[in-house]
Amino acid sequence: MMWKWLHPYANPEISYHFAGKILPWCARLAFAFLTIGITWALLFAPADYQQGDTFRIFYLHVPAAMLSMGIYLAMAIAALSSLVWQLKLADASAAAMAPIGATFTFIALVTGAAWGKPMWGTWWIWDARLTSELILLFLYLGVMALHNAFEDKTLAGKAAGILALVGVINLPIIKYSVEWWNTLHQGATVSKLGQPSMTADMFWPFLVCFIGFAFLVTALICLRFRTEILHRNSMRPWVRELVTTKEKTHAV
Amino acid sequence: MQFDSISAFLNMGGYGFYVWLSYGVSIIALALLVFSSIHNHKKIKQQIALRIKREVKLRHAAELQKAQTSADTSKNI
Repeated sequence: MMWKWLHPYANPEISYHFAGKILPWCARLAFAFLTIGITWALLFAPADYQQGDTFRIFYLHVPAAMLSMGIYLAMAIAALSSLVWQLKLADASAAAMAPIGATFTFIALVTGAAWGKPMWGTWWIWDARLTSELILLFLYLGVMALHNAFEDKTLAGKAAGILALVGVINLPIIKYSVEWWNTLHQGATVSKLGQPSMTADMFWPFLVCFIGFAFLVTALICLRFRTEILHRNSMRPWVRELVTTKEKTHAV
Repeated sequence: MQFDSISAFLNMGGYGFYVWLSYGVSIIALALLVFSSIHNHKKIKQQIALRIKREVKLRHAAELQKAQTSADTSKNI
């Protein structure tokens, strides 16, 4: 089978240690990229000729919005593989991703409001892009609530997975809302294929910030995934051994 | 460097409030997420360790009682 190499990763113990191995590296890279990226965005990137220094919000707003959708897609794929192939670890990873995606959606909405007030004259309007992003936040909150609603984690994963899959319909609506409807929100600047419609001295700090946030997301997913694995396997001998040896080293 | 002085940097061309609001809320939200994730991980480990300790104690108590009752019955005979 061509999927045979994936087999060891279906083992919770191996996945736990694998996530633990990449976690510190992602955390370090996130810290380095974000330090450089945020400094660049705040101090060295030029002000926009129309929007002035409010354009510095862009370096938070766009990576957060892109990641809020990316994490949702990853979560939905995990939910699908859990429903179809009954992969228990896929459930654990979907449960790990939901709060992270919710946080990034929240950041996209707040930074968007703080950008909209000086540029459009309003914190919020019920336009297609803003409303569909708000629905994304509610979808995340719903998935989180369902994951925590049942003692039986398999049942919880199923319920949350179905909601996550139904919610996928919202992703193309967010993506294309600026084209399908007349809206205050501006069109895509970065993700246009070919050449992005922004200058290089704005694009590079954006890219550094985006990579930094992406590493932060990966590190957080690893951490929360480990927590979920422990929670779901707390009776297993390897978890008992892991926890008790940790206790001893702490005591010394 | 785009700014001449610290006050110009904080002012952000008159948009200081909106820029710093964005950066402030984002940093606070991410810090809360990071710390709650670390806290949850530690908590689950502690909970499992505590449960194991309780189990060991219970097993110990059960063994003691068993030894006691068997000692009592042998005395009676």
